[in-house]
Amino acid sequence: MDKKTVRQDDFETRRKHLKNMSDAKLKEYFWSLATKTVDPLIDLAKKNTSPAIERSVLLRMGFSSLEAKAIVDKTIQNQLMGKGAGHVVYRYAKLKNIGIREAGLQLINNEGWEQVMASFGVEKC
Amino acid sequence: MLKPDKKISIEEILKDLDKYEPRRRGWTWRKPTPGKILIDQQYDDISEPLKHSVPLPAAKYFENIDPQPIQVITTEIASGRFEDDIRRMRMAAWHGADHIMVIRTAGQSHFDGLIEGTPQGVGGVPISRKQIRAQRKALDMIEDEVGRPINYHSYVSGVAGPDIAVMFAEEGVNGAHQDPQYNVLYRNINMVRSFVDAAESKKIMASADMLQIDGAHNANATAMVAWKVMPELMVQHAINSLFSVKSGMKKENIALSTVPPTAAPAPDLRVNLPYAVALRDLFEGYRFRAQMNTKYMESSTREATVTHVLNMIISKLTSADIQSTITPDEGRNVPWHMYNVEACDTAKQALVGMDSLLEMVEIKKDGFLPEKVRELKERAVLFFEELLAEGGYFEAVQKGFFIDSGIYPERNGDGISRMINGGVGNHTVYERDADYFAPVPAHFGYNNVAQYGLTEADNPADLIGGSTFEKREKIQYIDELDNEDNVYMRLQETAKYRDSSLIKPEVQWLADGVLVVDLTLPVSADYAEAAALEIAKRMNLKDAEVIHREILHPSEATRIQVRGTIDFDVDLNKLTLPQKPMLLSDQEIRDYVKDHPLTIVAGTVGEDEHSVGLREIIDIKHGGIEKYGIKCIYLGTSVPVAKLVDAAIETKADAILLSTIISHDDIHYRNMKKTNDYAIEKGVRNKLIIIAGGTQVTPEMARKQGMDQGFGRGTKGQDVASFLIKKHKEMTIK
Repeated sequence: MDKKTVRQDDFETRRKHLKNMSDAKLKEYFWSLATKTVDPLIDLAKKNTSPAIERSVLLRMGFSSLEAKAIVDKTIQNQLMGKGAGHVVYRYAKLKNIGIREAGLQLINNEGWEQVMASFGVEKC
Repeated sequence: MLKPDKKISIEEILKDLDKYEPRRRGWTWRKPTPGKILIDQQYDDISEPLKHSVPLPAAKYFENIDPQPIQVITTEIASGRFEDDIRRMRMAAWHGADHIMVIRTAGQSHFDGLIEGTPQGVGGVPISRKQIRAQRKALDMIEDEVGRPINYHSYVSGVAGPDIAVMFAEEGVNGAHQDPQYNVLYRNINMVRSFVDAAESKKIMASADMLQIDGAHNANATAMVAWKVMPELMVQHAINSLFSVKSGMKKENIALSTVPPTAAPAPDLRVNLPYAVALRDLFEGYRFRAQMNTKYMESSTREATVTHVLNMIISKLTSADIQSTITPDEGRNVPWHMYNVEACDTAKQALVGMDSLLEMVEIKKDGFLPEKVRELKERAVLFFEELLAEGGYFEAVQKGFFIDSGIYPERNGDGISRMINGGVGNHTVYERDADYFAPVPAHFGYNNVAQYGLTEADNPADLIGGSTFEKREKIQYIDELDNEDNVYMRLQETAKYRDSSLIKPEVQWLADGVLVVDLTLPVSADYAEAAALEIAKRMNLKDAEVIHREILHPSEATRIQVRGTIDFDVDLNKLTLPQKPMLLSDQEIRDYVKDHPLTIVAGTVGEDEHSVGLREIIDIKHGGIEKYGIKCIYLGTSVPVAKLVDAAIETKADAILLSTIISHDDIHYRNMKKTNDYAIEKGVRNKLIIIAGGTQVTPEMARKQGMDQGFGRGTKGQDVASFLIKKHKEMTIK
């Protein structure tokens, strides 16, 4: 037990500012607090991506789960997650003027990464 | 096309699965039929009937009606073998389930990617594209059979949420659990990763019009003192609900998984009802999925059933769009076919039984209830205030705010604490660069489509000639990855029992051979358990295990349920079925009675006040034998056997119909024998047809006691009349 967080029920003292609020106002206040809690989480989600998100993008682009995993792993290795794994495949397909699936399969085969990185201006570490 | 008298073919479902396409997307609600009249009674809260179903046992007294509640009814199925679950889904659908929730195998939350193929699961099924597709295909067949759409549901959680969401959208899954708080609190998955993934998952689910159910009910099941988490539960519901709306979901597709937090012997409604009212006030416009209390579920299926019914009183008094039915055996961790079916029946029976409740009673607007409602809301508000003061959600989780066993603002310091930089998948979130891009629809957050000449209104997948959401043929279907652990191998193992005359009893898997023996042993619990296992051993039950014990009295007796398995088969070809008597048509019976007027004397014998069964057999309004012109003299209940025989002599009756329901100590058979003996004594036995009927009567046993025939459960007037005439003909010829 974490002694620091043990606290007796002080509901009556804490609630003083809520006591005279109407039910409607209380409800509105509840949701305004929820909004303040959730907004930074939504903002975080807007600005970031993850291996699962990128795999899900690749699935939608017509790759199997095994292929998607392989492409994302290599995207991470090549430090291109900030661009998007789907973007990597799309960029490579455009560079080589080949289909999306063909591009992805070549990337899985370790072909084309340097071209893609160069096109994004990313240098290999 | 399924036929009720034919088993569903798993082989047929697996055939051409790579080409199968789901027929629809999105969730389906039941269609209410308010004011519907069924056999003279009005129902306010029922929905369109089924084409095929199994009605409640008592329906036979009500022309076999099977009214369906307005709530979607959930059943949770996952035995580890999806092919056997399909059979259980069909059983559940016939008993009214239209929301089939498939539990995932243990550990899938931490599997970073999609599982493929059909490996066997533990405590659930490994959710894979093939398994989902097979079950959705099966459910399409089953919904056609029962005549109502069935919603298929599983989980979009763990570290592969977005992958699973895409696969579900592609495969026509209709609903899913999605709540990042579940990942964080119960699966120790990194919180940043969980929320980042969740927004994407929710956006994908929204694009497929899926219904979402949150995970807040788990707080109740996990907390040390379950009912004290009520303020926190409202906070959890609000975080997930609002996060979902902001991720692109419609409010009406977001369901709160609400659970009545306590259970009897606590004053169930006193605690649970104010909480339910508070939630419905605060979350107006959202859907409610009424989960039942599982925290206090033990191995007594009776106790679990009563908890379920008490929970449904709350559903009726407030509202529930979806009514869950945790199987009453969940406390034993052995969900079996029969308990899924029983739980569906419990829901149907309770909800239909409480039809029109709000036409007659209402929630009080003053006094204890609204005061408690207000208090709970204020406690939830205070929780939010402190959460924000501490720096927001992540900080609050880190500081152990959640699943604390104090009723907030009381805190006991025993909450679940997770580190912002900890857990599975820590440091796996990547900031999107200015030129980040994803060429797909239903993608949440920043997407620089402008660099390729698109606007936000365009579908980014136009650049790649469409995604799998528009062009299904782009989906890469994987059949199996494991040569040993797959459905075909399992089917081979049980091939002997498929489409053959061999059977074994089963509880969850075809031919698992499991059975339960229910024993009352006249000793204390410790001895009773040991004795029960000894009995099981002598009965040749393998792997015997005590699954339930109940003290009837500390020294007088203990009730024990033992499960075990048998290793022999029964060959249907070697069985002799009792011959079904030839029934005469209504016309044939009428014609005979016209030429040979028949009189019968009827009554319930012994100290037995049951009258319904016998009235059904004789009364014209129940389709009884009076309708054929047979004269019936009804003597009532608790008739002494002598009186029955004397009355028959007096009225020159052709037959006696004696009813006997009470059966303990074989009193029913003893009364039959007494009647027979008395008729012999009076010298009338060979002139009288004597028939016995009752729920516990078997024809063979009745004949052994000297009756001409016995009739058990489910007997109709036509059965009795047919026999009477057959026997009367024989006696006349003699």
